[in-house]
Amino acid sequence: MMPGNKTLTKLTPWLFLIVPLLIYLVWVIGPMFYTFYLSLTNWDGISPPGFVGFRNYERLFRDPVFKISLQNNLKWIISFITVPVVAGLGLAMALNRSIPGAKFLKASFYSPMVLSLVVCGLIWGWMYQPANGLINGALRAVGLDSLAQGWLSNEKYVMWSIIAVAVWRQVGYVMVLYLAGLQGVDPGLIDASRVDGCSGWQTFRHVIFPLLAPVTVIVVTISIIDSLRAFDLVSVMTRGGPYNSSSVLANFMYIEAFNNYKMGYGAAIAVILFLISLVFIFIYLYRTMQTELEY
Amino acid sequence: MTTRKFFSSPWRTVGFVVLLVITFLWLVPFLQAILTSFRTNDDLMLRGFFSLPRQISLKSFAEAWQRGGLSYYLPNSFIITIPSLILTLFLSSLSAYALARYKFRGNRALLFLFVGGMMLPFQVLMLPVFRLTDALGLYDTYWGIIAFHTAFQLGFCTFLLRNYMRTVPGEIIEAARIDGCGEFRTWWQIMMPLTVPALAALATLEFTWIFNDYLWAIVLLRSDRLKPVTAGLATLQGQYVMDWTVIISGALLATIPSVLVFIFLQRYFIEGLTLGATKG
Repeated sequence: MMPGNKTLTKLTPWLFLIVPLLIYLVWVIGPMFYTFYLSLTNWDGISPPGFVGFRNYERLFRDPVFKISLQNNLKWIISFITVPVVAGLGLAMALNRSIPGAKFLKASFYSPMVLSLVVCGLIWGWMYQPANGLINGALRAVGLDSLAQGWLSNEKYVMWSIIAVAVWRQVGYVMVLYLAGLQGVDPGLIDASRVDGCSGWQTFRHVIFPLLAPVTVIVVTISIIDSLRAFDLVSVMTRGGPYNSSSVLANFMYIEAFNNYKMGYGAAIAVILFLISLVFIFIYLYRTMQTELEY
Repeated sequence: MTTRKFFSSPWRTVGFVVLLVITFLWLVPFLQAILTSFRTNDDLMLRGFFSLPRQISLKSFAEAWQRGGLSYYLPNSFIITIPSLILTLFLSSLSAYALARYKFRGNRALLFLFVGGMMLPFQVLMLPVFRLTDALGLYDTYWGIIAFHTAFQLGFCTFLLRNYMRTVPGEIIEAARIDGCGEFRTWWQIMMPLTVPALAALATLEFTWIFNDYLWAIVLLRSDRLKPVTAGLATLQGQYVMDWTVIISGALLATIPSVLVFIFLQRYFIEGLTLGATKG
């Protein structure tokens, strides 16, 4: 063996890693840290950034739009960890047996997932259209005229109307994850609980649901991270309006940075968004790496 | 269970009908979009959605395709998606191999970095990436957005491929090494063919993700001629504010590639989703 061979073996993984890792560091990890720096400046996108300390943050915490955006993100999170999880699990349970047309039914539920959010936003925007859209048209057709309204122009309903679209798209995804989880449930356990006299609900409650707990944790974590990323639907459907009532942090940041050229301020919003996400990123990392440690 | 046996229980039949109704409601947005696209805007605006169409026409499709710009937005999406996809799969198969097959200091930390990065909110990268593309002269070019997509998707792809590669029995790799196969040849000729199922699932999933991206398209591109179909649709929407038939027709045209993926590669798409979320 050549004397240099041992160092060569040690270097081998790094030969594989060097290019992808460098690209990742330059385009993803580095920028993340740079945003922290930018948030302490008054950068406007043109002149070089000047250091202003924590002034952006002080302003941010007094900004009413920031408060609205935070509340809207919270509404989004709460909707996302309840409705799609319950509906997705329910559908997975209903479709996880031999029923006629199960394949078509499953496909129907996850079909929205392959569409871009932009397309979803446009299609639903038309359904919500106040004068001629499907929803108000249907309400009027059955005599519920009083319920018909501007779904995207009423400050009270606009956020929920947008979240509904996101939920519509998310249910199929959650269903797919639960269906995969159910594949791993030993049918023998279910039979055993039935033999022991458990009703269908009891079997679900005490046998199946606990066995699906790891899937639920992942689903909830991913749902929260996705909620914090919400941008496209709001951007296409309302741009945060009317009067910022449908603003979420991601859109607030984009508008401040790219429409108002307050890039330093935008960076501060991004940092806050990042810090909130970080908690859930760590939960996700912990859950996914847990199995790693058992190797 | 046979169909007849299934419907022998009245409760099961009721449940099934309820399920059918829910499924139908789920598909209503698609159905109403298709119905809308074949009508004329005047007809819809005068008489509302729930009316029998006076005439059926393909004019809205033609309008969206030609003057609405779909004829170049849609190809642009492919020009951006295909290179990003190939590059990110190639590069991540390298990093995944290193993380799956070698023991070295920092292995776990690097995996952590890749997985953590993929969960980041995009806003925390937006301004520096915008600045970086500008500094490199890549702002408002295909290469800028291709570079970013490639880089960002490395996180998820590395994670997924690494987990898959760990399931390949080590003996196969050892045997190749003993036979005098070099490290890179082992990767390319032994590991890569075994990874094809994961690559297929991943490619399908990544295709839809990159293809459907909207945020990075509006951050890194300005010229209308370069926009992918997502950003293009947003422009079209502004152009045809009240002309819903054109907007919806455009949205449906933009959906064709996704529908094709859905029809022909559904299995891989679903595999990719579940691999990403539950394995590892």
